[in-house]
Parts: sequence; structure tokens; C-alpha cells
Amino acid sequence: MFVPLAVEASISNSTRALSTPTALLSAYSVMEQNNPRLFAVLLKAILLIALFNFAFILLNEVPLGKFSLYNGLFPGRERLPFGDHPQAYNINLFDLDAMFASHVLTGTPKGPDEYRVLLIGDSSVWGTLLRPEETLAGQLNSKAIPACGKTVHVYNLGYPYISLMQELMILDEALKYQLDMVIWLITLESLPSDKQFGSPLVANNPERVRELIVKYGLEADPNDEALVHASKWDQTFVSRRRAVADLLRLQIYGALWAATGIDQYYPDTYERAQIDLEASDDFHKLKSLQNALAWDVLDAGMSAGPNTILVNEPILVSNGLNSDIRYNFFYPRWAYDEYRVLLSEFAAQRNLPYLDLWDIAPIEEFTNSGVHLTPTGEALLADEISGAIQTACKK
Amino acid sequence: MGLIEIGISILAALLVGVLTRGMLRVYLLLALSVLAVYWFQPVLPLRSFDFWLPSLSLALVILVWLITSQPESWRSRENLYGLLLIVGLMTVLDLSRYLFPVPLFTATVPPHFILFFVFSIVLAVLILFMARLSRIYKRILSLVIILLILILVVLKSPVLSLQASIFLGKFTNRSAENASASDLRWLGFSYIAFRLIHVLRDRQTGRLPELTLPEFATYVLFFPSLSAGPIDRAERFVQDIQRDFVLTQEETLLGGQRLAIGLFKKFVIADTLALLALNDVLATQVRTTGWMWIVLYAYSFQIYFDFSGYTDIAIGIARLVGVKLPENFSAPYIKPNLTQFWNGWHMTLTQWFRANFFNPFNRWMRGYKNIPTWFMILLGQLATMLLIGLWHGITWNFVLWGAWHGIGLFLQNRWSDFVRVRFPHLGQNTRLQSVLQFSGVLLTFHFVALGWVFFALSEPSLSQTVFRKLFGI
Repeated sequence: MFVPLAVEASISNSTRALSTPTALLSAYSVMEQNNPRLFAVLLKAILLIALFNFAFILLNEVPLGKFSLYNGLFPGRERLPFGDHPQAYNINLFDLDAMFASHVLTGTPKGPDEYRVLLIGDSSVWGTLLRPEETLAGQLNSKAIPACGKTVHVYNLGYPYISLMQELMILDEALKYQLDMVIWLITLESLPSDKQFGSPLVANNPERVRELIVKYGLEADPNDEALVHASKWDQTFVSRRRAVADLLRLQIYGALWAATGIDQYYPDTYERAQIDLEASDDFHKLKSLQNALAWDVLDAGMSAGPNTILVNEPILVSNGLNSDIRYNFFYPRWAYDEYRVLLSEFAAQRNLPYLDLWDIAPIEEFTNSGVHLTPTGEALLADEISGAIQTACKK
Repeated sequence: MGLIEIGISILAALLVGVLTRGMLRVYLLLALSVLAVYWFQPVLPLRSFDFWLPSLSLALVILVWLITSQPESWRSRENLYGLLLIVGLMTVLDLSRYLFPVPLFTATVPPHFILFFVFSIVLAVLILFMARLSRIYKRILSLVIILLILILVVLKSPVLSLQASIFLGKFTNRSAENASASDLRWLGFSYIAFRLIHVLRDRQTGRLPELTLPEFATYVLFFPSLSAGPIDRAERFVQDIQRDFVLTQEETLLGGQRLAIGLFKKFVIADTLALLALNDVLATQVRTTGWMWIVLYAYSFQIYFDFSGYTDIAIGIARLVGVKLPENFSAPYIKPNLTQFWNGWHMTLTQWFRANFFNPFNRWMRGYKNIPTWFMILLGQLATMLLIGLWHGITWNFVLWGAWHGIGLFLQNRWSDFVRVRFPHLGQNTRLQSVLQFSGVLLTFHFVALGWVFFALSEPSLSQTVFRKLFGI
């Protein structure tokens, strides 16, 4: 490939003296010095890269996500990492170990005076458009609620995307952390059976999902095509480079979380939740909710956690166009009304603590969605739930 | 330049280094550099300006060459071939609009050929007129220098850029409401202008050797250093492309090593630090003094690794085609005083300003015997650093940054003189020297880091906020 003029000269000079083995070795070492073996360097580099790439498969069983700078160098996050806007100082990722390792729950030893309460739910619990102190967890913590002779400390494990299976997966992982109570806020949109594997977090954690199915005897198909099936090639470094980069970026964002206390992008303006609605009573193309909802998943979650209180979270009840057909963007009236009846029956049959708070928040206390509350709306919810915590304790 | 542009530049450089010799190498480098001027130009909101601006760069190159070269050489075969190559490539790029469904080397579809034809004719007439005039009036060279500086001023000043965008928008049916100061991002013009000014000044002082058009144009537009320097000197650069070059394994490894270091510095270290580095948004969000210092340190190292990484990449690619570009950085953050910092940071820029402003300005001041020496030093250093600040952008923050360093250099100069006179035996105490050296490095680094507060932010008010946070005020 390269014009070997210098090499040729070197060789021709060397060959004159190649009469002895010593001379041969000497000439070879001179050539080695003067003519770096580019090909050898490139070949070694390619082999090393290939070796590293495929050796990464061996690390598949190693929970890389558990190695975290949070709760050590940086304080733990008050909610699970979510969000891709550059000014969110946050990131979407699918590694549940990494998500938990970055959460303050995993880095906070349970104090003797602590009554540990966990909030599970969707983006409304996570707190879209709310600062950490404005979320349900933040507002409950500010009340310093006394319960069972201790002080309640609430941890927010809500996560956007609406799926009971996702919430069960998070709850199952959280059981390791000495919980005293779980408050599970659900809404109809998280229950349809065909939505359970729709969450990217669920789809990208197929082994955890299969373990849940076995552990709780769920009706879901462990081989559902929505679950991401990783081949050996998918486990190489090249295929997992994005996941590795995300883990590293999550650590860097820890510095920004510590420096600013910001874990979400707050736009100056946003579009408020729809009040005028479509003239449609469609809900997942269903005519009835019977046999269409994932009651087995709800059952599993309710039995898994200690002292679990089930809450039907507030929704926007519209008074605009077609509000006689639909409550909001998500729910036609017939479906939501049927859901409330079924949910009440579910709770009554199992003698479960249950709060139906569907209509406690007025229209103006919703932000950009029919389930996302303003800080004032969250305060209303916090008042109800704090009472329920204390009542549950007295029992 | 992104990774794709760098990758293709490396491949192109390898092909040039391996396959070409002599004049063919020069022509190929010229062709690649002309194409790079168009390819690296980002898309602009003003229609077709991603074609017009690079074309204007080429026109300026041809103009400056004509007015700095001997008229007898204009019709030499080499120069005619060079001119044909430049104009031919421009024409082909414009005609590609009709030949390919997507733009080839331009960000958007090139303008209609008739527009390009008229533009070329008008420019050719203007260039030839000025070239003829330069034979009679030597001041044409100064006028062209002023023109280049004026263009720089317009591009660097947000107010003037906005007005220029509004004016030019009228020719592209673009509403003035949509105009913005960032509409005229003319890739590499800062470096092109400084190379052209250096050549014009060297011609005025009689130091410029005779250069053919291919050599000259390749020097100005050299694709590895087009967007981020370093700023080479024409006579040094041309020596490299004139000598017979063979791409050996050793040169490939050395170039490759430099490339690898540059890529790591820029795309791993700098881009990671960028997530944490001081910017307008973080300036108001960081809550504590400690974190504000960390964010400032992150910026200090991010800007170093980003810039020096790009320099390493440019030097590495250039090495593959037999050009040894000058170094631009020499461990600036471990220098014990500010003067040495500026001898190690963006060295080619400071050398340019030293040669083209600082030294001539000082010589002019010495003509006035009644100016005290200390004042001359202050004025010289302050003026130079202010100009360097303004070169980056004509905003109050860059003025403050320049003033910060100008005053710092002056104070360091006075302190050095004071110590030299009062403590002449200081150098004999090696332990004390080590302590002073270490302290000097820390002090210099922190002085520079605090200066970056002005450089990183867009408004003096934000800089004030950061300073208050840094010192807990």
C-alpha cells in the first residue's frame, strides 16, 4: 500500500550485511525501529476491539446499573429518572437497577422513627410539570404526618407510561426496602390487558416480566412479541453501546441534579388539557370492560405490598363540547363509569382499603393532561391520602 | 466538523498521501479544500446562502492572490489550471442542482445556473478591476484588509448581523420578522480572513514569497484547518506542499496517533464535560458556591479539550498529506503566569496578533517619547486582548473578557518587574522557586477560569450572577 522507498533502501542496505544470523537480527531490529508495522498495529487494534465487543456478552448477567454515583457522591433523586430534554438533566433508560440505584429510596437507611410509605403510579404520581416538592410525595412529606407512632416518609416511585405491569415491576423491586405501606394510584387507562406490555420499560425488561408472571401466576403470555428478545449479538458492546452511554450520562446528570435540584424541563407555556372533546365513545374498541382489564396484575400488586391502599386517582371531568359523551380525552363516560363499579367490587370482594378520588379536583387544577394535577390539585389529593394513611394505621 | 466529516477527511487525506505526488498532490488538495468550503458550510435560513458565502470565500481568495502576485505570473499554466479548477468546481456544484435529486456538497439545493453565471461575471469583473487598480494604487491592499475586517465586524456583531440578515432577506423573499443575528454563519471566515490579512500585510512589508494560485488557495482554504485553525503562515505552509512527500508508515502512525488523541479529547472528554459546563441556563440554576466552581472548572476543561482536540485532528489529518501544521496549544493550564499562558493557548492566534497588531502598535507608540513606558505596556496589552476578545464576538462579554486578560497581563508584567528588581536572588532558592511556581500555576489557572465566566455567558448580568455565586456574595 505504501511506497516503500525508505523501506527498500533500508532493506538493500541491510541485505549486504546479512551474512550471519547476528547480522540478520540486527537488520531486522533496524527495520523494526525505522518502519513501524502499521499493519500489525491496525490488526491488533481491530482484534482488541472485536475481543472487547464480544467479551461484553459475558457481562450480560452483571448488573452494571447497580454501580452508581448517586446516594454517595451525589444525592439520590426524588423520583425515578425520566425525560430527554437537555435542560431536564434527566434521561429515559430501561435499566431498572440503574433507575433504583439513582433513587433516594435505595440510599436512605430506614430510621427508627420512619414510617416508610411508597407511592406507585403513573406520570401524575411522578409529577409531570411539578417540582419535586410540589408532587404528591413532596406535599405529603411536608405535612410530617404521624402514623403508627412514627413519622411518615413518602417515596415517589411513580413513572410515566400507563401500565399496571410496569407498576407491578417497580413495586416488586421496591419490596426490598423495608416498606410499611404502599399507596397505589391507578386509573382506567393502566388496566386494559392489551396495554400491559406497551410500556418501553416493560418491553425492555423481558426477564423481569417473565419472573413476575411466574411469581404471581399472571395470565400474561411470557413470550408476547412486545417483549424485546435479545439475541447474542444484541448483548455485544456495539449493540449495547447506547445503554452503556445512557448509564454514564445518568451519572453525569447526577452532578446537575445535585447542583440545581432540577430533574425535569419546565416549559414557559404548555397546552392545557382538552375540555372540548370528540364525539366518540370509543375505548380501546371495547363494548364492555368485562374480561378486558388486567385484574390479575392488580391483584398481584395488592397482595405483594404491605398495607397497600388502592386509590382511583383524580381525572378531569370536562364541561365542554361532548362532555355528555366523554369525561376527558382518555375516557368515554360509559367505560369510566363501568370501571369505577368494577373497581369498587374488586376492592370490596378482597376487603381492600380503597379510595375513589376520581372527582376531587376541579377542572382548573389540571395541567396538560386529564390526569396531571397542579400543585393545588396535588394538595387536595395529599389531604385525602394523609387521612387514609392515618386511618389505615389506626386499624 | 462532525464525526462523518472527519472520517471522510481522513479517507481523503490518506488517498492524497498515498496516491499523489508533486503538482497533482497540490491540485487534489486544492480540489478537496474547495469542496470542503461548501460541504462544511451549515444550512442557513437565507435561501442559497450556503452556496453564496463559500463562493464569496473563493472569490476573496482569487482577489487577494491577484493583488499580491506579479501580473506576469497570472497566465502561467499552473495558475490557469488552478483558476480553472476552482471555477470549474464551483460551476459543477451549481449544476449539480440539475443532475442530482439531492444536494451533493451543499446543505441545500444550489441556486439556478443563471444566477450563478451573473454572480460569477459580476465578481470576475470586480476582481479583475481591483487587480488592475492594485498595480497603480498600492493602497488597494489596505482597502482589501479593511474590507475583510468590515465583513468580520458585521459577522461578529449581533446588531449588524441582524441588520445584514434583514437586508439580504429582501433578496430571498424572507420576512424581516424571521431575521436573526445567527442567520449569517459563514463557516471558517474568521480564519480565512486572518490568513488573507496576513498575506496582504506580508506583501505590504515585502516579506511574501511568490506563490502560485493553487498553493495560495490551498493555504487559505486547507480543509483540515478550515473551521478551527490553526492559523498557519503562508511561506511555511507552502514549503510543506512544495516538498516531495511520501506517506510512509511512520507518518501514518504519527498522524493517526494525533488523530486518535484529538478524537478522544473532543468527542469523549469535551462532549462529556459539555453536559456539566457553565452556560446561560446553568448560570441561574446552580444553587451553591461549590457547584458553581465545579461547573466553571468543567467549562474551563471543556473549552480546552474541545479546541485542542480539534487542533489535534487538524494536525493529524494534515500530517497524512505531508503538511506539518503549527501547534496551537502547549499545556496552557500548567503555566505559572499569564504571559506564558498566552504563549501556550491558541498560539497561532496570539502570534498573528503579535505580528500584525501588537508589535506594529508598540513601534508606533515608541515614536511618542512622552508616553510613559508603563502606559505603553498597558495600552499595548489591553488593546491586543480587547481585539482578541472582539475577534470572538462583538459583545460586551467578549470586551470584558479581553479587558480581564489585558489588565491581568499588565499587572503580571509589573509584578514580574517588581520582583526582579526587589528580589534579584529569588531564583537561587530552589525550594521557594518550586512553591512560587506551584502557586503561580494555581493562581494563573484560576485567573483564566474566572475570565471564562465572561467568555461562556452572553450577558454581563449573567456574569455578575455567577461571580456573586462563586464568592458567596
